[in-house]
Amino acid sequence: MLDLRASVIAVSYIVASVLFIFGLKQLSSPSTARSGNRLAAIGMALALAATLIDRQIISFWTIAIGTLIGAAMGIYFGRTVQMTAMPQMVALFNGMGGATAALVSVAEYLRLSGHGEVIGVGEATSIVLGTAIGAISFTGSIIAFGKLQEILPGKPLQFPLQRLVNGIVLIAVVTLGAMVVMGSPTSTMWLLFAAALLLGAMFVLPIGGGDMPVVISILNSLTGLAAALTGFVLHNQMLVVAGVLVGASGTLLTLLMSTAMNRSVGNVLFGAFGAGSSVAGAQATAVGRSVRQTTPEDTAIALAYARNVVVVPGYGLAVAEAQHTVRELATDLEKRGVNVKYAIHPVAGRMPGHMNVLLAEANVPYDQLLEMDQVNGQFPQTDVVLVVGANDVVNPAARDDPSSPIYGMPILDVDLAHNIIVLKRSMGHGFAGIDNALFYHEKTRMLFGDARKSLTEIEQALKTA
Amino acid sequence: MSQELVLGIYVFIMAIFVGFEVISRVPSVLHTPLMSGTNAIHGIVVLGAFLVAGSADTPLLKALGFIAVVFGAANVFGGFVVTDRMLEMFKRRQPARTDDGDKKSA
Repeated sequence: MLDLRASVIAVSYIVASVLFIFGLKQLSSPSTARSGNRLAAIGMALALAATLIDRQIISFWTIAIGTLIGAAMGIYFGRTVQMTAMPQMVALFNGMGGATAALVSVAEYLRLSGHGEVIGVGEATSIVLGTAIGAISFTGSIIAFGKLQEILPGKPLQFPLQRLVNGIVLIAVVTLGAMVVMGSPTSTMWLLFAAALLLGAMFVLPIGGGDMPVVISILNSLTGLAAALTGFVLHNQMLVVAGVLVGASGTLLTLLMSTAMNRSVGNVLFGAFGAGSSVAGAQATAVGRSVRQTTPEDTAIALAYARNVVVVPGYGLAVAEAQHTVRELATDLEKRGVNVKYAIHPVAGRMPGHMNVLLAEANVPYDQLLEMDQVNGQFPQTDVVLVVGANDVVNPAARDDPSSPIYGMPILDVDLAHNIIVLKRSMGHGFAGIDNALFYHEKTRMLFGDARKSLTEIEQALKTA
Repeated sequence: MSQELVLGIYVFIMAIFVGFEVISRVPSVLHTPLMSGTNAIHGIVVLGAFLVAGSADTPLLKALGFIAVVFGAANVFGGFVVTDRMLEMFKRRQPARTDDGDKKSA
């Protein structure tokens, strides 16, 4: 029988597990999502508080100070981060979770071997997997963070013999892991840790910035798995349950996301997206095509006298923090009797749902947001499409050009509208790093500049239109 | 194989099914917040860091445990705060507008 303390811990863990499950359930529906997040947080508080009465814990100082510092960092960054930087924030927190799992596994291994205990094969395997997966998730997330934060180039980073080198690192991780399980000295463990850290970075570097949402989702479920493995290491069912819940739901989420992008997960990870084909794309455009520019004044007039306007927001809108300005412009247009809708591509921005979050922040009414399937039939009746900083999601090559690397990705058929106005910083490529024929289309007018500045100018011009 | 390991594997497998079932239908609007929410939940690993840091008997283990607690706590607190901020934005646009959508999906 368990003593009182152990019973309290066990019951708390069970209640916390139930709270996590209900929390996840509620998180998957818009009306209950917020309370779902809170339920999960309550479950977390309960599980952590219960752990503190565990007899194994003899010193509280490291825990208290560490939690204080970590919580302060997490809350500070979580509160102050711009909505536009959310994706990389999730990547960063995910990396920290991965690091925690790896460190816990390594420390438990050192403790057990330091006490001269024999580590069973099951336990040793969990330790090795927990360390390797946690470490991969850590460095992988840091690279993903770097790419989204634009510290690192968003384009796939490639070098000669990359696959061979990656293969060798992978084999090193597997070999070192097997050696640890078979009882190699402690130094092997450190080598394994180092090799896994390297592997995580190498695995994300060749993936293009456009695929980062899927990558973060994969790394998210990997961290969940690593957490579950530490549960096996520490004989703690709470860790197993919560870790696996995240691992499984994260995997499902990854599949949902790659379906939305019409790419298989394998293609995302090993497709080495972009590099070769973008060269071909650039050459094609060099053959004497030019874009037609427009002015804020002309744009204002086109919008003011339109009946149906569809706004297509993309990452450029997020970067320029133009969500409020675009809504103000839409309100002005509505006062003039223009019917304004927003077309939301499932992967516009850098994460699925990114645009919904931003536009919701700007109080755009829910019924004006149309999903891709709803809006695509409406483009032929649309007078003006205003593309605000979106690129790849409106690239007709995905529909028409089988040689394009994004061929087959569902897109918004904006080229079917009567007029297209594209607000863009420059002729730079989108995240996929490929050229966009839409910009050269005869119905398209380009308005270069920062999206918020351009929108403000259009709004000004609209007053006199 | 120990009894405990077998039980652990049972729990592992059952939780996979629960994890898949519980979020099977998610509107794409919620993909990002859901990823962020699950991200916070795997911060549970800080619990393992508590156990390691609290029972450490050498300076090295203490140091490893300490770093693990800091990172894990940042994961938990940051994760929940960020998710809450994202979801807060969904709350404001409630007034009866979602009715149509709900009926269609029901």
